[in-house]
Amino acid sequence: MSMENTIKSSDSDVLVQVKNLKMHFPITEGALIPQVVGHVKAVDGVSFDIRRGETLGLVGESGCGKTTTGRCILQLEKATSGNILYDSVNLGQLDRIGMMPLRQRIQVIFQDPFSSLNPRMKIGEIIAEPMHVHNIEADNRAREKRVLELLSVCGLNPKFADRYPHEMSGGQRQRVGIARALAVRPEFIICDEAVSALDVSIQAQVINLLEDLRDEFNLTYLFIAHDLSVVRHLCHRVAVMYLGKMVELADCDELYDNPIHPYTKALLSAVPIPDPTIEKGRKHQMVKGEIPSPINPPSGCVFHPRCISATDGCSKAIPEFREVKPGHWVACTEV
Amino acid sequence: MVTTSEIQVEAETEELLEKKSVFFHLKTFWRQQPLGAIGGVIVLLMIAMAIFAPFLAPYDPELNAFEFMLVPPDWQFFLGTDQFGRDMLSRLIYGARTALFVGFTAAFIGAFTGLVLGVGSAYFGGKIDIIFQRIMDVFMAFPLIIMALAVVAVLGPGIENVIIAITIPFIPQCARVVRSTALSIREIPYIDAARALGYSHIRIILRHMAPNVMAPFLIMLTAFVGQAILLEASLSYLGLGVQEPTPAWGLMLQGGAEEYVESAPWVAIWPGIAISLAVFGFNLFGDAIRDMLDPRLRSQ
Repeated sequence: MSMENTIKSSDSDVLVQVKNLKMHFPITEGALIPQVVGHVKAVDGVSFDIRRGETLGLVGESGCGKTTTGRCILQLEKATSGNILYDSVNLGQLDRIGMMPLRQRIQVIFQDPFSSLNPRMKIGEIIAEPMHVHNIEADNRAREKRVLELLSVCGLNPKFADRYPHEMSGGQRQRVGIARALAVRPEFIICDEAVSALDVSIQAQVINLLEDLRDEFNLTYLFIAHDLSVVRHLCHRVAVMYLGKMVELADCDELYDNPIHPYTKALLSAVPIPDPTIEKGRKHQMVKGEIPSPINPPSGCVFHPRCISATDGCSKAIPEFREVKPGHWVACTEV
Repeated sequence: MVTTSEIQVEAETEELLEKKSVFFHLKTFWRQQPLGAIGGVIVLLMIAMAIFAPFLAPYDPELNAFEFMLVPPDWQFFLGTDQFGRDMLSRLIYGARTALFVGFTAAFIGAFTGLVLGVGSAYFGGKIDIIFQRIMDVFMAFPLIIMALAVVAVLGPGIENVIIAITIPFIPQCARVVRSTALSIREIPYIDAARALGYSHIRIILRHMAPNVMAPFLIMLTAFVGQAILLEASLSYLGLGVQEPTPAWGLMLQGGAEEYVESAPWVAIWPGIAISLAVFGFNLFGDAIRDMLDPRLRSQ
């Protein structure tokens, strides 16, 4: 496994290590005796690591496997193969009970604030329940007090504790989702498109909140998003995914200023510049065609049918994910 | 995503309704669902009849009075007497107790067991779900009455066995309906959030999924009460249900229908009307609840 060897965590401050992660969803046919007729290769051999205290952005277009990667780290999906090491513990080998202490350390904020809260429970109950399950704040009064604290930390009026989710706006609900994640005092939070369902003005507020919380509680984020400007604002490093594979990984500024992979270049050129004169003169690099099906991905480099710099070799050899500059990794043979 | 938003809308509207006064709630119900309100009144009357039976009934329902056999309805016996001289009105009133007791017990046990099994099946999914659904298919293959008959044939007659016999066919029916709703709920992120927080399976099933399938569940529950009353009457009529001299509508029908259909028709007519009215009432009420809870039907 060349990939596993090349990405070695020399530094001890690595919190999460994802090694050659594969998540293939079986496609079944037949109602009575289902038979597997194929696989959706949602994530197909992804490796990266997340350092303690950093925010890693994970970007890519819809269906490229960003969310599935996050769900695998959360153990909401059982990975087909590959390892996920959290603080040197292999999550895939843990059972439910063994996972419990880690569930407290890893938390998630979901994309849709309207469906991520149980409509039958009051806000206070939603935030108190994780504490109850994990035995944080044993007695009820202390728990109630912490619910109110968490609400105000997340910028909500504590009186919201007695309300139901439908009585709140999208931004407020997302803050409740954040408060629920914080209730168990996690150190690592996966933000799965945490702001993309919100209005732009609310987005800015929630991003600022996430930044403040990161500093206050020493959090590490995996920030899954498709909005490149949000990612640039918040993240230290950025990883780009395409069709279940990682194509580029670099420090935030390095990636935005010197993208190497043709896909990253195309992705970045799709971001509009808020200045009409520059925008007019700018040369856009378009990606031709549609995203191929992850059931039957192209041979060799999965991006080659749409790549402007593709050569004959691209359809044959699978490009190695290699370090072209210190800290800048690319999966492309042509650069 | 259609289902997701619908479920949420349902939940939200119900909670909004809770805020209004009970009187306002009833008035809206009456205006929007007049038939349902009539059903509700019938149900309430039946419940009142069952509760206050000792005060309402003019005679002892089990007292044989051979000097008053097969008396037609008159001022002394409003609904007449049967072949043992027992007062029909008193037996009808006490019969409501049997009907409601069997109806509610069987419907509640059957529906709640079905709820937990159906939600559990949807939550665990995969092989467990497939195996569970095939077992349910086997149960569903039998018509309700045949299934109940088989159970009573094995266990013997008597009121407890009748309840068991009626409960068993209800479980797969409820489980099937609840499972389909629960399947869509399982995909909603708050269930993922619950799993990511390490909640136990039982907590997720009972606290996070079950309360969100309440709309189809309530409809099943009200429909079950009516069905259970009908089934209990059928079993009693066939001699496999409640035994004499306990007053039960099906039993009264059995005594009256064959022998006295021409000479004393009232012996069969009154319990027949009672059964029809009860089932009618519960079905109307159940339909109205379904319409109220379904946002697509409510807007019309």
